[in-house]
Amino acid sequence: MEMRAIYAECLDRLMEQDKHVVLLDADLAKASGTIKLREKYYGTQIFDCGVAEQNMASIAAGLSSYGFKPWIESFTPFATRRICDQIAISIAYAKQNVKIVGTDPGISAELNGGTHMSMEDIGVLRSIPGIVIFEPVDGVQLRAAMPVLNAYDGCVYIRLFRKQLPDVFGEGYAFDLFKADQLRDGRDLSIFVSGMLTKDVLDAAEALEAEGISCDVWNIHTIKPVDRESVIASARKTGAVLTVENHNVIGGLRSAVLETLAEDRIPVKGVGITDRFGEVGKLPYLKEATGLTKENIIKTAKEAILLK
Amino acid sequence: MNNDLKSIAKDIRCDVLQCIGHLGVGHIGGCLSVVELLTVLYFEVMHIDPKNPKMAGRDRFVCSKGHAGPAVYATLANRGYFDKKELLTLNQGGTNLPSHCDMNRTVGIDMTTGSLGQGFSCAIGAALGAKLEGDGARIYTLIGDGESQEGQIWEAAMFAAAKKLDNLIAFTDYNKLQIDGTVEEVNGIAPLADKWRAFGWNVLEVPDGNDIEQVRSAVWRARNDLTRDGKPAMVILHTKKGCGVKWIEDLGAGNHNTNLTAEQAEVAIRELRGEA
Repeated sequence: MEMRAIYAECLDRLMEQDKHVVLLDADLAKASGTIKLREKYYGTQIFDCGVAEQNMASIAAGLSSYGFKPWIESFTPFATRRICDQIAISIAYAKQNVKIVGTDPGISAELNGGTHMSMEDIGVLRSIPGIVIFEPVDGVQLRAAMPVLNAYDGCVYIRLFRKQLPDVFGEGYAFDLFKADQLRDGRDLSIFVSGMLTKDVLDAAEALEAEGISCDVWNIHTIKPVDRESVIASARKTGAVLTVENHNVIGGLRSAVLETLAEDRIPVKGVGITDRFGEVGKLPYLKEATGLTKENIIKTAKEAILLK
Repeated sequence: MNNDLKSIAKDIRCDVLQCIGHLGVGHIGGCLSVVELLTVLYFEVMHIDPKNPKMAGRDRFVCSKGHAGPAVYATLANRGYFDKKELLTLNQGGTNLPSHCDMNRTVGIDMTTGSLGQGFSCAIGAALGAKLEGDGARIYTLIGDGESQEGQIWEAAMFAAAKKLDNLIAFTDYNKLQIDGTVEEVNGIAPLADKWRAFGWNVLEVPDGNDIEQVRSAVWRARNDLTRDGKPAMVILHTKKGCGVKWIEDLGAGNHNTNLTAEQAEVAIRELRGEA
């Protein structure tokens, strides 16, 4: 099942349960997977703002000030960098309860290319006070997270890969918005990963294990506030760290981990977008072009261990 | 009642001068130009209760030109939302009365504003909320003429008409001045009424937006006759920036954010009160 289908299904349930849950769109409901919900909710709980994301963000803040629980959605760059001031002032500074869903993060915008690729969204929003930043890793986690996010009274940015992702978690998964999930126990290297690259990291860890390198792998679904306790405990245990993200190595997960470990003098290497813009292409090409591959994860993991 | 409103407007104008004079600097021009509107809204038209500032179903006012905060605070204090003494804390460190409106700090402020263009959209969001709740509340909002250069204003204008928000009454403080000069010199917005009509709004122009009687009848007309059949109303108030104090008016664009000593404020207040 595609991530957007799970997202829409969860929203449907939340809207059904609570008339104050509303969804605003900026002409991308088809891409976001929520167009089907319109039969049930259009004009009562769902509103299309047209191609006017700035207005959408502040409209959501106004609805929140009136006691509603608005969700807004768009492609990631338009849900973040384009409306940065509206998020900062109408929503965060005014302490409004708005959920921001950005779809197609980083290179996953594929054929829409560089204009539609956000390599900086986490960095931009992470430096604004009071915004929780969440990036789901699979459908199991997203399903568990949706009611928690909706119930959280404040601004959350949800960085949503909208197509299918392989399941990392199984039945019985217990979600905590503020706790990272350990995926693999290891001694030699901590790997912190968010979002769509998690499966690649697990494959890399498997390959490294065959070479006698044992990895402590964590899925960091919430990049702000980052689970400092888990990051510090794992890094101290292994003595070397690798971060892996579909985002610029400046400002995102790597920065969050570096800031957390700044006093520990533990080496941190990062696999991510190396301060460049995106380009058009399918995911396999883009992964190669930007170094977001299993092979590069393995190579950089070994470099990180050498720094111990 | 008219004389009452006039004298209340005078009190508010004097309080604006006093609190900005106490601080020594502030957005005087755009505060003094909107005093009559605030007086009419808070003392006659809006369904509000200062003793229950968060009352459900109350009318709301969003001052999208957030730098007119001091004028709103003076109005709220005169209306009994908080003690008038608090006005003298304006813009001091730790105050509940910052230069720009903050709903999380000031009792009676319905929305945080200051980044121009955004408050207008927030007001429209509240108007949509009121429609969905069906509580009969009306949303009043004030934008600046310089603020009307923000693209977001026109995104929001389109949205309000498209969503048929006829519980929304907006005002433009059309004083024709902004920080860098006259609005027409900087980036002209005329013909303003035509623009709003083209966006699907009912429009009413008030030749003297600092005449309490003209403002009063326009607000009632907008409320009772111009917000129906799905159309929101825009009331364009032709105002004078710095209205009420001759030398401040004469500063022109220079009065947007300017120095004012406590002594200058005192003289101006005495003149306004006819005691000079």
